[in-house]
Amino acid sequence: MSASQTHGHAAAHDHHDDHGPAKGILRWLTTTNHKDIGTMYLVFSLVMFFIGGAMALVIRAELFMPGMQLVDPGFFNTMTTVHALIMVFGAVMPATVGLANWMIPLQIGAPDMALPRMNNLSFWLLVAAFSLLILSLFMPGGGPAAGWTLYPPLVLQTGDAFPLAIFAIHLAGASSIMGAINIIVTIMNLRAPGMSLMKMPLFTWTWLITAYLLIAVMPVFAGAVTMLLTDHFFHTTFFAAAGGGDPVLYQHIFWFFGHPEVYIMILPAFGLVSEIIPTFSRKKLFGYDAMVYATASIAFLSFIVWAHHMFTVGMPLAGEMFFMLSTMLIAVPTGVKVFNWTATMWRGSLTFEPPMLFALAFLFLFTIGGFSGLMMAIAPVDFQYHDTYFIVAHFHYVLVPGAVFAIMAGVYYWMPKWTGHMYDVKLANIHFWLSAISVNVLFFPQHFLGLAGMPRRIPDYSTQFADWNMVSSVGAFGFGLSQLLFVYIIIKCARGGARASDNVWEGAYNHGLEWTVPSPAPYHTFEDAPVVK
Amino acid sequence: MKMKRALGAISATALAALWSVPAAAAWTLNLRQGVTELSHDIYNLHMLIFWICVAIAVTVFSVMIYSIATFRKSKGAVSASFSHNTTAEVVWTLIPVMILVAMAIPAARTLVKIEDTSGSELTIKVTGYQWKWQYDYVDEGVSYFSTLAQASNEARQLDSGVDVYRVENYLLDVDNPLVVPVNTKVRVLVTAADVLHAWWVPDFGMKKDAIPGYINELWFKAEKVGTYRGQCAELCGRDHGFMPVVVRVVEQAEYDSWLAGQKAARQAAAAPAAQTAAATTNNETTTVLVANAE
Repeated sequence: MSASQTHGHAAAHDHHDDHGPAKGILRWLTTTNHKDIGTMYLVFSLVMFFIGGAMALVIRAELFMPGMQLVDPGFFNTMTTVHALIMVFGAVMPATVGLANWMIPLQIGAPDMALPRMNNLSFWLLVAAFSLLILSLFMPGGGPAAGWTLYPPLVLQTGDAFPLAIFAIHLAGASSIMGAINIIVTIMNLRAPGMSLMKMPLFTWTWLITAYLLIAVMPVFAGAVTMLLTDHFFHTTFFAAAGGGDPVLYQHIFWFFGHPEVYIMILPAFGLVSEIIPTFSRKKLFGYDAMVYATASIAFLSFIVWAHHMFTVGMPLAGEMFFMLSTMLIAVPTGVKVFNWTATMWRGSLTFEPPMLFALAFLFLFTIGGFSGLMMAIAPVDFQYHDTYFIVAHFHYVLVPGAVFAIMAGVYYWMPKWTGHMYDVKLANIHFWLSAISVNVLFFPQHFLGLAGMPRRIPDYSTQFADWNMVSSVGAFGFGLSQLLFVYIIIKCARGGARASDNVWEGAYNHGLEWTVPSPAPYHTFEDAPVVK
Repeated sequence: MKMKRALGAISATALAALWSVPAAAAWTLNLRQGVTELSHDIYNLHMLIFWICVAIAVTVFSVMIYSIATFRKSKGAVSASFSHNTTAEVVWTLIPVMILVAMAIPAARTLVKIEDTSGSELTIKVTGYQWKWQYDYVDEGVSYFSTLAQASNEARQLDSGVDVYRVENYLLDVDNPLVVPVNTKVRVLVTAADVLHAWWVPDFGMKKDAIPGYINELWFKAEKVGTYRGQCAELCGRDHGFMPVVVRVVEQAEYDSWLAGQKAARQAAAAPAAQTAAATTNNETTTVLVANAE
């Protein structure tokens, strides 16, 4: 491929003015290098994954048996609220942004992100945001406890944590918007010659669409929480019926942000799986064009389905009908994606390295989450499912064995390229099997609990729900502990190990420019643009 | 042989016991069928979609599993070079569309039925508070609060030391349940006084959010006498998990005598007290109206 020739040429010259990273802590504070920033995003996300995970374990420990044994109900609500905020905005989103930072420039043959200083700022804003959010836990009156959706009027009862949490969300939102602008500008301007849009790798494509979603909805969320802030401190009544406002208005605004937000978490995951399955099937992705169009259709539909999160709010029949039908439509492009991934494996030559294992688990378990999603789209039945553990089971299926597994697949896929070392494959396989089994023990019984009538966000439950809750809690601790292995594997790989070849994976040779640079990827890559034919 | 038969008898008894005592059927897997026309419709719809999903899952997952089992490099599989097939892509776009239409029709029909509260024979206003329910028999002048039963409330305190398995209907029991006649179309007006709540009885198939400043409607027509239990379904603060809904469905005659008893008790209670209560309610209404006018 001409790309590697170009790179070889670049390596031979131009190195007299090359400068490596700054020394010590300054390297990380001041870096504008997409690889450094990508690494920081990924490490940050892993730390948040464990903080949010610890909170989940507090929840599951309290729910292990009926009766209140461990925490106050108010603190329980704080745990559910902050667990969700941290996992959504602190773990899953930054992980995909980290992967984007590392991989988009490498996939499109760009030397760096287009706006490197803003890139640095958007990362450090995120650190500030989550420091504030975690600080809010220690405020008088306790941390935020109104659920991650922050519905008024309940959220207005929050104590001193309230302004901290709102400010944290504003900062995280600003960080996301900057990240999104950076990704769009990079993809639009820095593609290597010959890399037309319809030649871009799917991960880059899904991130381009995700970035547009972020820019469209983050300001909407910022507006909603700002109105909460003025309702709380400046006596406005945007969401207070007694002052002529409307509590349901908040829900409409929130979910107009919130539904695209769930696709912001899952579209990059689709991209990752679309990279990994072809590599380990040794075959091109089936139906590339259809995959791009399906992603775009899902993004478009995400703007017109929001009220399916609020079927029980008392909408007019016509509204319920519209949101039911538009939501059902999402099954079509999502189905196309699942069928195309399956067709990619069809008559391929499959091997099952850790990235492929996680991608396959994604394929099966995300599809299960898709089925429960389809069931919930049916408004009349959702009157039963709404706000029960069935919902909890659904969104954890699409987020944990969905988005999180895809992210882990991505990490296992590219880690040898980042570090230059092959990680301990045997341990990674064990990590996979422990995770895949425990995640089902954790979340599958929650379907049964929801159908049996257990509401979500309750710290204690009637004895009829005891058995499945116990199973679920056992799964939770199994899943949580298994992730320690993930950290060990990453640290071990960063420190050393067998040398990874430039290609890393046998099937990777024609699957993107990132495999044409040496392993580990040098600090500066593609200083001269490769030519894509 | 005898042994086998004995074992069979034991397991049959065990099964029968599981079926007959709903509270003991702890490993429940599925939605309840419930006791209203709506809950039956919803259950049937749920099962229809469930089986459609199972059928799709079996088809798609078998193709995946077949691929994983067959097209292995370790078995000498060599990858083919095709990367699209227009016919297949059109087919697997159109088939889901048709399945969705088939689902949408019965769903829409049930939805219309759910939203049709006309022809109700009894109207009850339900108001959610942190953390209890108020029931207002709008046309009867009967109104009372319904809170978590004392036994459950004591047991649910942190480290209460009470074995919750010994508390009858732990967390699903109240002091004053809602009482409605059987085979009567009851319209429930749902609202809230402070924050959001949601009134839900799974056996009636329905839940609706209780929103301050809004009055939502739902209806049910219970076909079987009995006591039905549900819970608040919208996060409403610290004690969200501790404001159950209990509805006693009774024969018309029993309902009539219960209602008469309630009315008599109300009259017997000091008349001035009742007046004060009415005045308070009026004041609240006035405040809201004034606030709106501003």
